[in-house]
Amino acid sequence: MTWFHPHDVARRMELGRLTAIAVFGVLLFAFFRLQVLGAERFETESRENRLRSLPLPAPRGLIMDRSGNVLAENVPGYSIAVLPSDPDSLRGALQQIAMLTGLDSLRIEALLRRYRSSPHEPLVVRRDASFEVISALEESRVTIPGLVIQSEPKRRYPYGEIAAHVVGYVGEITEEELASNRIANARGGTLVGRDGLERQYDERLRGEDGWRFIEVDAMGRTVREMGDASKLVPEQGDTVVTSLDIGLQQFVAEIFPEGRRGSVVAMDPRTGEVLALYSAPSFDPDLFVGGMAPELWQALSQAEDQPLFNRAIEGRYPPASPWKLAVAASALRRGVATMETRMETPCSGGMLYGNRYFRCWDERGHGDITLREAIQHSCDVYFYQLGLRISLDGLLRDGVSMGFTERSGIDLPDESTPLFPATTAYYDRRYGPRGWTSGVTLNLAIGQGENTQSVINMVKFYAMLANNSGVAPVPRLVNASATEPHSLELTTDQLEELRDALFLVVERGTAVGARVEELQIAGKTGTAQNPQGPEHGWFIGFAPVEQPEIVVGAIVEFAEHGSNVAPLVTRVIRRHLVGPDSDRDQVRLVLPADSAPGPVPILPDSSQLRRTRGTG
Amino acid sequence: MEQRGLDKTLPIFAVVLIAAGLGVLYSAGQTDVPTAVADLWRRQLVWVGLGVVAAAIVFRLSPRLLDWLAPTVYTVSILLLLVTLVFGVGAGTKSWIAIGGFRLGQPAELAKLATILMLARLLTVRRRPPRDIWEAMPAGLVVAVPFVLVSLQPDLGSAIVFIAILFGALFWVGLKLSLLLLLMSPLVSLMLAFSTWSWGAWIVFLTLFVIFTRPYLLEGLVIWLINAAMGIMALGLWQQLQPYQQNRLLSFLNPEIDPRATGWHIIQSKIAIGSGGLIGKGFTEGTQKRLAFLPAQHTDFIYSVVGEEFGFIGVLGTLGLFAGLIWTLVRIAGRVADPFSSMLVFGIASMLLTHVVVNVGMTVGVMPITGIPLPFFSYGGSFMLTCCVAIGLAWRVSRESYGAAYSSG
Repeated sequence: MTWFHPHDVARRMELGRLTAIAVFGVLLFAFFRLQVLGAERFETESRENRLRSLPLPAPRGLIMDRSGNVLAENVPGYSIAVLPSDPDSLRGALQQIAMLTGLDSLRIEALLRRYRSSPHEPLVVRRDASFEVISALEESRVTIPGLVIQSEPKRRYPYGEIAAHVVGYVGEITEEELASNRIANARGGTLVGRDGLERQYDERLRGEDGWRFIEVDAMGRTVREMGDASKLVPEQGDTVVTSLDIGLQQFVAEIFPEGRRGSVVAMDPRTGEVLALYSAPSFDPDLFVGGMAPELWQALSQAEDQPLFNRAIEGRYPPASPWKLAVAASALRRGVATMETRMETPCSGGMLYGNRYFRCWDERGHGDITLREAIQHSCDVYFYQLGLRISLDGLLRDGVSMGFTERSGIDLPDESTPLFPATTAYYDRRYGPRGWTSGVTLNLAIGQGENTQSVINMVKFYAMLANNSGVAPVPRLVNASATEPHSLELTTDQLEELRDALFLVVERGTAVGARVEELQIAGKTGTAQNPQGPEHGWFIGFAPVEQPEIVVGAIVEFAEHGSNVAPLVTRVIRRHLVGPDSDRDQVRLVLPADSAPGPVPILPDSSQLRRTRGTG
Repeated sequence: MEQRGLDKTLPIFAVVLIAAGLGVLYSAGQTDVPTAVADLWRRQLVWVGLGVVAAAIVFRLSPRLLDWLAPTVYTVSILLLLVTLVFGVGAGTKSWIAIGGFRLGQPAELAKLATILMLARLLTVRRRPPRDIWEAMPAGLVVAVPFVLVSLQPDLGSAIVFIAILFGALFWVGLKLSLLLLLMSPLVSLMLAFSTWSWGAWIVFLTLFVIFTRPYLLEGLVIWLINAAMGIMALGLWQQLQPYQQNRLLSFLNPEIDPRATGWHIIQSKIAIGSGGLIGKGFTEGTQKRLAFLPAQHTDFIYSVVGEEFGFIGVLGTLGLFAGLIWTLVRIAGRVADPFSSMLVFGIASMLLTHVVVNVGMTVGVMPITGIPLPFFSYGGSFMLTCCVAIGLAWRVSRESYGAAYSSG
């Protein structure tokens, strides 16, 4: 048995011992490296491994009207979110949730896309879930990995449709917005203002999200909530106080003719504070809370009467007769006329210019009248001649200096820029250097032609007339933008004369039916040409005429028949100056007296006109 | 050793390890969301009981009887492996024998002991060490049969254990070290083949080694050719592996390759062990385990629970116990006069060492994930029985050695 001799065995044992020591040494070193050298790092990793942070959405700031009535507030709601661990379990969880809440496959795909772009954030599946859905989910939460149900402030708009266009609404941030990083501190599921003040003052309203930490197991199931100490409380956004008078706004919405489209803007001419801004038809902003069904959105955004469209600032209409005051102001400023000036050709229901006959709206004619009377009766023939006297160039230059080429600057998103030619080069571009006649001057003089203005911009213009300085502040709901104010550059006397003339419009002129006994209201009616259908009715007025405190402008689309635009405005003025309990019956309804004359041809040849109109 | 009678070191080590293993298994079941693991320690306790009975029975068998029984036991275990291959059940690997859905056991574990017995018999028949690879070939065949059958299940971990047993036995029987290394070389070739550079370097080294150690010409040539063939085959073998097997091997090299699937096990295990720190989080208090981040915390990764809850101190303690147990076995093997008994005990020591090193190494990421159990700790009846029987056999040999020393002295 030499081969198992003790010497050989001892040698083998020694070798075996060395091998074992080496192997155990390697193992011990590996443990030493992890547990002693790496203890801190792995301790942190193990904590992060089991702790998930969940955002606590901050309640958005309140929006209030001038006397503290809440226009947008927060009420408790429930949101359903999933803490994703991997795509497969997420898909499974979403499918389970879908069965209980009726999530469609489109939404699931969108959620999976968002998960891929930011896989470590909790996915908000649904906001504003009903109590039934929540309790059904609670029952099966063990089988849905990563399900988190938490209460979350939910936006509510107590005045709903009444102030929808001013207040706006909120919606979940889109993937594009998230990718573009335009919105500060945003993450998937953040609610951002989509329209109105919600959008304009979004950053101020949004507040700061808090965080809470929950301990989850490897399947992503919530095991326990960490204590309050580790919670970061969300900070509510700032309250935004607007100049809106919700009482007046409500009144406007109430008296606005049922089923009509149009808008009303009421503003304090001294400060630019917007008191009411209403666009009809309106929509219910609460429908947007918690995400809107695609069909509903489709219906709302593609409706023929465009309820989402804010007609007060986005709608552009020919300014029509109210614009005659701009021509009058221009004439006074240039000294080509005074209030007593009479024109060469008296109004006989129309006038011949060049080889063409231009009609006045009143076929009976106004006779030989002064500028004051021309304003009072809105005589087109008078203003044709006044426009020619000022010259096209002068009309355009003054229009620019009065702010007709610019937005009013109101602090609302999506305001349209008015269409107004800054120079005659515009006509050259549009019709060719010789393609147009002085017909454009005549058109411009009565507020037709290449000139469309928004209601807010016209209200701003009338605020200039209302103020003794001839300067209008920038319209504002919260903060004024730093736009340079425009001035009429008229003397106080000239302004007073113009106001007197406008007063006569309501007292004895085209808006006489809208008179209010105890108030001195000045204003101007108008009828805007509408190539698509019946004409639009305008009225812009202010009161009291001596020291105006409110300017109200209104347009009612297709108001040709049965329009009550002027009384609408005077009732709003009355509600503001006298108070809510005044008797409504004192206001009589009236049809606008000065319907516009037919479109004036501005092209040398009428066949060409038709072609241009047809294609334009 | 001076004292007469029974050496109780071996059973003491075994009992302490079994007790510690049961405690850790109990802790592994303590999770925040209760799972089936929660009650497994009770069932393991039953297996321990059965194991003690089995150990007591084999303790009564003399080494002579075992020597005589070895071929029968080996044949039966090979037959069982064949049956398993045909009728076996199990998720992913067919490693269980079941009757009517009731799982009886994993024949691979029995086959390990049977192979050790068979090797001990075969290698001691000639009464001298094998002189060349031809003489070592029968031993190789004895291991190759269960190795192939287990690989086909496929159970990579157990297959590795068979290889380790073979080399342990060849080493202990006194095969020349240079020959042993030459025999191991094809395995190295296989492992290095995924990188042409490392494999090229290995072939150059091997060529020089063959020239300097000067074995028989044919022998050296055959070894060299096998190495070359291994290197070429490795690529083909790699492509034949199931994707999950490929991932396992890859994630051992770089766990971040697939942090959610295979790498997940290594990453989570390392986090659990690392966060245990020096003294651990305390018995049943491991957060990673409680929250079920640890995979297979009751079987393959039970040592991560030890690392997390008892820290580096606990690791030192348990590895110390294992080292103590294995060293005790080696000492018995060195002391006993009978070559068969010596081979038997050393084979058992090799088997246990391989299990400990591969399993524990896997939890800290120094070994690939092969899924072999940790003796006395991992839940599993067959392996617990195997370990108990192995300890029983070794203890019997230990007693024999005293008896022999007694009678001769």
